[in-house]
Amino acid sequence: MTAITRKPENPIAHLSDADIEQIGAELDAIRQEVIDSRGAADAAYIRKVIDVQRKLELGSRAMLLASVFPPAWVLGTLGLSVAKILDNMEIGHNIMHGQWDWMRDPKIHSSTWEWDNATPSEAWKHSHNEVHHTYTNIVGKDNDLGYGIMRVDEDQRWVPMYLAQPLWNFINACFFEYGIAAYDLELGKNLRTPKHKRSEAFKANVKGTLGKIRKQATKDYVVHPALSIPTGSFLPTLAANATANLVRNLWTHSVIMCGHFPEGVETFEKKAIPEKETRGQWYVRQMLGSANISGSKAMHVMTGNLSHQIEHHLFPDLPSNRYAEVAPKVKALFDKYGLNYHEAPLPAQVYSAWHKVVRLSLPNGWMATTNAKNLPSQLKLLYGMTTKGPKVRRAAQARLQQQARKLAQAA
Amino acid sequence: MTSAFLAPAPGARPSWSSALRRQVRRVAEAAVTPLEVDDVLDVFVPLRRGAPLRGRIVAVRPETADAATIEIKPGADWAGHVPGQYLRIGIDVDGVRHWRAYSLTHGPRRDGLISITVKAVPDGKVSDFLVHRATVGTTVHLEQAAGEFVLPETVVGQPTKLLFVTAGSGITPVIGMLRNLFPATDTGVLRLRRSDDLDIVVVHVAPTEPSSIFRDDLAALDEAGAIRLVARYDDTHGVLDVADLDDLVPDLAERRTFACGPAGLLDALEEHHRAAGVELFVEQFRTARVAPGEGGAVTFAQGGTVVEADGATPILDAAEEAGVLMPSGCRMGICMGCVLPLKEGSVRDLRNGEVTTAVPGETDPRGVLVQTCVSAAAGACSIDH
Repeated sequence: MTAITRKPENPIAHLSDADIEQIGAELDAIRQEVIDSRGAADAAYIRKVIDVQRKLELGSRAMLLASVFPPAWVLGTLGLSVAKILDNMEIGHNIMHGQWDWMRDPKIHSSTWEWDNATPSEAWKHSHNEVHHTYTNIVGKDNDLGYGIMRVDEDQRWVPMYLAQPLWNFINACFFEYGIAAYDLELGKNLRTPKHKRSEAFKANVKGTLGKIRKQATKDYVVHPALSIPTGSFLPTLAANATANLVRNLWTHSVIMCGHFPEGVETFEKKAIPEKETRGQWYVRQMLGSANISGSKAMHVMTGNLSHQIEHHLFPDLPSNRYAEVAPKVKALFDKYGLNYHEAPLPAQVYSAWHKVVRLSLPNGWMATTNAKNLPSQLKLLYGMTTKGPKVRRAAQARLQQQARKLAQAA
Repeated sequence: MTSAFLAPAPGARPSWSSALRRQVRRVAEAAVTPLEVDDVLDVFVPLRRGAPLRGRIVAVRPETADAATIEIKPGADWAGHVPGQYLRIGIDVDGVRHWRAYSLTHGPRRDGLISITVKAVPDGKVSDFLVHRATVGTTVHLEQAAGEFVLPETVVGQPTKLLFVTAGSGITPVIGMLRNLFPATDTGVLRLRRSDDLDIVVVHVAPTEPSSIFRDDLAALDEAGAIRLVARYDDTHGVLDVADLDDLVPDLAERRTFACGPAGLLDALEEHHRAAGVELFVEQFRTARVAPGEGGAVTFAQGGTVVEADGATPILDAAEEAGVLMPSGCRMGICMGCVLPLKEGSVRDLRNGEVTTAVPGETDPRGVLVQTCVSAAAGACSIDH
C-alpha cells in the first residue's frame, strides 16, 4: 500500500469538497436513523449476548473440572474458546466503544466494563478508541498500522530485519492479548527511553497491566486447574485454558488483520491531513481505510461485528447489532460516489493481509519481479541486500523498483 | 461493590468458619475475574441478599383507565417502610433506564410484597409504561424507602383528629397510611383497636369521579365509618377553593393536616393554614420543571466551580477555558474519554440536538452520564466532577 496522495491514481481525486461534505451529511443521516430507532430490542440483544456468554463460560469451566475425560476436554475447550471470543469481540470491544451507554445501565457501560483480556480497559480505550479511531490509517499517527513491529507500507524503507516479520506476525497472533497490552503501553518507545526518564503515567500503566495479567493468568493457569485436581484434571484443564486463549488470540488477530491490512485498503500521509479535518473528510478517511468480511450472521457475531469494519469505523458508537442493516445504505453511498467498498470472505481477507505482510517483508518490487525461472538469481540478490551494506541495498532496491515498474507497464 | 453473600455476618467473632468463608470467597473471586462474584450470582439469583436492590413485578392491577397498581417482590435486602413513604424505582423503558419516585400504597404486607400505584401522566414516559406496558416478571431496580411524610408514632393509639387533603395522585401516600390503619378484608374494612381513637377526614380532589384513583377504597372506608370522605370533583363541584375548607371541615382548627398534591394547592394551603395558625405537613411529588434553553451556568459539583457556557460550546471546552481540569480524549464523540455524570439540568448533544435531562429523584441517583465533548449546556446544569 502507498499513501493515497502518492498513488499514481488518487481514488478520491474525482470528489469535490462539496461531494465530501455531502457524503458526511448523508452518513450523519444514516447514523441518526439508527439512533432514532434504538430501543428495547437492541437492549435485549446485548443482555442476551452477555447472558449466553456467562452461561457458556460457566458451563464450559464446570465441564473442564472433569477434563481428564477427553469428550469433556473437547467440549469444555470449545465452549471456553467461544466464550472468550464473545467476551472479547461482541461484548468487550463494543461496550467499551460506548455502543450501549445510551441504555443508562451502569453495569453495561463504557466507563465500568472490564474484559477478560491482558489489557486493562482504561489503557485499551485510550489507544484504541481515541488514537486508532481518530487517526485511522494515518501513517506515523495510527500505531495500529503494523503495531510498530512491522513494515506495512512501501514508503517505509526496507531493512533486512523485516525479512522475519511473517514470523513475528505469527508469534504476535499466538500471544495477541499480550502483544496488544505491550502495544497499548507503547512498550517499544518507552523501553528505549532511559529508566529515570520514563513518565509516571507509563509506570502506573505498567503496574496496572501487570496486575491485570497476573489476575488473568492466575485464573486460567492456577485457580481453575487447581479446582480440577479432585478429578485428576489439573493438567488437562491447564491445557484447555491455554488452548482457549490461543484460539481466541489467533481468531481476534485474524479478524483485526482483516479490518485494515488487506491489499487495497488506503493509508494517508500525516502532512496531507488538514489541520482541521471536517466531518466529511474524516468520514471519507474511515471509508477508504477499512475493509469488511462478508459472511453469515454467526460470523458477524463472532467477529464482534468487526466484519462490518467499514460501518464500525464510520459509526463506532452505534450498537453493533445494527451495522448489518446499515451496511447496504453505506455501500450504496460508496457506489454513488465511485468509491471502492472493500469486502471479501474471511479466508480471502486473511490471505490478502498475510500476503501483504510477506510482500512487505521483502524489498519493494522483489515479489513482483520474481518468477520460477529467475528465482535463484533473485534469491542471490536478496542475500546480497541482506548481508552487504546500505549502499548496495539502495542500488539493488532502485533496480528492483525500476524493473517492477517496467513489468507493470508491459502488463 | 462487595457482596455479603459469602462475607461473615457483621459483628460475628472471627472463627474458623468465617475464615474458611473468606478463603472460599477469595478463590471464587480469583476464578471469575474480571467479573465479580456478584456478577455471576446476578445471572441466577438477582434478588438474593447482598445484591444491589432489585425487585420483580408480580402483578399489574388496573385501578382506573389510566392508573394501575404494580405489585413488586423486593430483593432480600428490602428494609421495609412506613406508610406514607415513597421509593425510587429504576425501570427500562424502550431499552433506557429511567428512575422515578412513587408512593408506597400499602403498609408493610404479610406476603412481603410492596406496591405502588401509578397514574399515567400526559407525555409521562415511565408512568405510561408502568400503567399500560409493564409485564409480570420484569426486573426493576429499587432504592430503600424514603420520605418524611408519615404519621407521627404518637398518633396511633391516642385520641387524634386528622385531616388529609389530597389532589389527584396525591392520594397515593395517604392511601398507604389509611390501608395500614384500616386493613380491608373480604368481609369489609377492619377496625383495629389501635385505630379506634382516630377521627379522620379526607378531602380528596380529582378532575372527575371516574379518573379518581382509589375512589372505591375511599368510599368503602367512608361507609365503614373509618373516615369521613369529602370528595370534590372539578367537573361537578368546580375547582376547590382552599377557603371552602373551613365550611367542608368545620373543626379544621382541631385537626392536624397532611396534604399531598400539586404545588398550587400546597402553596394555597400553606398560606391558609399559616393565617389560621394550624399545623400542616406537606408532600410534593413533582419539582417544577425548567424547559431546556440555550446555554447556562454549568456547576462542577466537586470543585464548586461555576462556568457560564453558551449553547454552542461543548461543556468540555467551556470548562477547560475556565481552568477546570477535565477528563477528555478525542473531542469528536467517539472515544468516551470525557464522560461525566450530569446530576441536574439539561444538556444538548451538538451533533443532533438531542436533549438529555437529569432530575434529582427522577433520573439515576448517580446522575446521567453524558459526553462533555459533544454536549452543550441547555440551561443551568450540574456536573459531578
